[in-house]
Amino acid sequence: MSKTIAEINEKIKRGDACVVTAEEMPDIVDRIGLGRAAREVDVVTTGTFGAMCSSGAFLNFGHSEIPIRMAKTYLNKVEAYSGVAAVDAYIGATQLARDNTVDDIRYGGANVIEDLICGRTIELKAESYGTDCYPLKEITTNITIDDLNQAVMVNPRNAYQRYDSATNGSNKIIHTYMGELLPDYRNVTYSGAGILSPLSNDPEYRSIGIGTRIFIGGAQGYVIGPGTQCSSASGFGTLMTMGDMKKMNPEYVNAAAFTGYGTSLYLGIGIPIPILDENMAKATSVRDSDITVSIKDYSVKNRDRPVVKTVSYAELKSGFVEIYNHSVPTSPLSSFKRARKVASELKRWILEGDFILGTPVETIPQNLSAKPMKETMKIPLVGDIMDKFPITIEKTGSVVEAARKMRESSKNHIPVVFGPKNHLEGIITSWDVSKAVSEGTLNSVEKCMTKKVIYCYPDEKIDVAASRLSSAGISAMPVVDSEGNVVGLITSEDFSKLFSGRKLQ
Amino acid sequence: MKLKIQIPPNKINTTIIAEVILETKVILNLISSSIHSKGGIMIIEIPDNMFDIVKAGFTSRGASVIPLDVSIKRDEDECVDCGACISVCPTRVFSFDENWELQADLSKCTGCGLCTKMCPHKALEIPEFD
Ligand code: SF4
Ligand code: SF4
Repeated sequence: MSKTIAEINEKIKRGDACVVTAEEMPDIVDRIGLGRAAREVDVVTTGTFGAMCSSGAFLNFGHSEIPIRMAKTYLNKVEAYSGVAAVDAYIGATQLARDNTVDDIRYGGANVIEDLICGRTIELKAESYGTDCYPLKEITTNITIDDLNQAVMVNPRNAYQRYDSATNGSNKIIHTYMGELLPDYRNVTYSGAGILSPLSNDPEYRSIGIGTRIFIGGAQGYVIGPGTQCSSASGFGTLMTMGDMKKMNPEYVNAAAFTGYGTSLYLGIGIPIPILDENMAKATSVRDSDITVSIKDYSVKNRDRPVVKTVSYAELKSGFVEIYNHSVPTSPLSSFKRARKVASELKRWILEGDFILGTPVETIPQNLSAKPMKETMKIPLVGDIMDKFPITIEKTGSVVEAARKMRESSKNHIPVVFGPKNHLEGIITSWDVSKAVSEGTLNSVEKCMTKKVIYCYPDEKIDVAASRLSSAGISAMPVVDSEGNVVGLITSEDFSKLFSGRKLQ
Repeated sequence: MKLKIQIPPNKINTTIIAEVILETKVILNLISSSIHSKGGIMIIEIPDNMFDIVKAGFTSRGASVIPLDVSIKRDEDECVDCGACISVCPTRVFSFDENWELQADLSKCTGCGLCTKMCPHKALEIPEFD
């Protein structure tokens, strides 16, 4: 037996549809079985409330008395893209105000969106080159959302089906779009609503497609396509959405700032899933324990971050996960409390007949995947430019021998090694030598070398290695293999040669 | 814990800090200090159990000692109950109740400030010292 969306809409209009949230559904299915649940439940409402960086809005300002073709447009000093005709602009959530920097993030596109929805006044400044049809070259004015012809949120990528969680395996605190990550795997952050996640409740895109009516920011909006980077094939689907900002509710749209990253928009999105048959009843009975994600090490500066562990949302939500035999505290970045509120608000709308299900005009393909950027200028690796035959010295050697090697090779840094495989023990510099001379400790390299050596690996990208070198304020680093044996040396000179283009083929 | 030490103008040229350290053998962490004609103000940090002895050391030399309330302030209008702050707090000040609402046990807060950088909604702040 199966139902249609039209039949369910009839029930909604009559006020006798059975609507439950995605959190209630699993227990209902357990209690009355799939068959009965499919017959009796008409709609399951989902909800999510979290950081959705890939959000923004098209604004239309109307024409000024002397018309202007806005070329550069700023809203409270945040640049909005206005290469779309004369008086339209797109304000993106992550654009920072022009007097903010990454170390001082106070205001960005997300704040402009929040301020507009809250009815606050925004300063609009625009510049132009002036044309015969649009003579004005500059305008400054104050506007509120009521002064705009349109304020339409159009978000390229929202409502991630699930999202990999984050930790930090380095020895320094890092600040990311996944929040503050403490050193040595001391915390884990995650995002997404798990059991309430819209796409996890309809992973086959049976009802979510172009034209699906949704809850967005407290208003009714639509899915307008698969989101950018949508990877429906691997269970990391996303949606492109739109909604009328003039009808939104500030409770479901909040500007946020991640230290060291930038601004983002917290947005509430809820999608109703019509229960057309048993298959959909089954999909909406998904629990937190059924949805798994990887915990990735965000200290690794590479697209392919290593997976530390795979966990379920149930484990993440328990407050602790185990990493390398330690119990590590977890933090959600999205608010489950508000996700619940979205799902129950949507449920209320449907029960009261204020929200009618949309029928998708086209479904979202289940085989989409996202590919990495094609890079034509490949960044070389340390191994490509390092000195592969560095002069080294045994730790049992004398300072005099080190000084001689420095003079003969005209190098200021010599890695100190031990054993047949040249295991890295330290580094000796001309400064260490002169110190040894002045202190009269000439017979042992081991005594005067620097033991805490900053080093790198041959397969690291050179820009990463170069920034480590400069942040440590040193001018050379030994290059070691995975066992800590010296396989090369790289100096700031090697980098500067490369960056000035001389070594680039 | 953090303390505010007020030194009267006629005492600021003496080596009051050094004396207190020598006498009490407590390692004081000087957080900030400002000295002007009307006297000096210093913010120091000491282990909680040393409060009585450090206080006696300063007051016997004519300075006043005020314990500072360092616990975090949460702006409940800005907070969205995301819980981002939970995992960074070393003393586990934050937790969720059964409704996923954020709870804060401020008596455990040491004022380390880690959570202020974590909160995406600028809802957490350490009170400024004057
Ligand atoms: S200031 Fe430090 S101790 Fe206090 S709540 Fe924040 S993280 Fe916890
Ligand atoms: S991180 Fe900020 S917004 Fe999130 S729960 Fe903590 S105080 Fe509230």
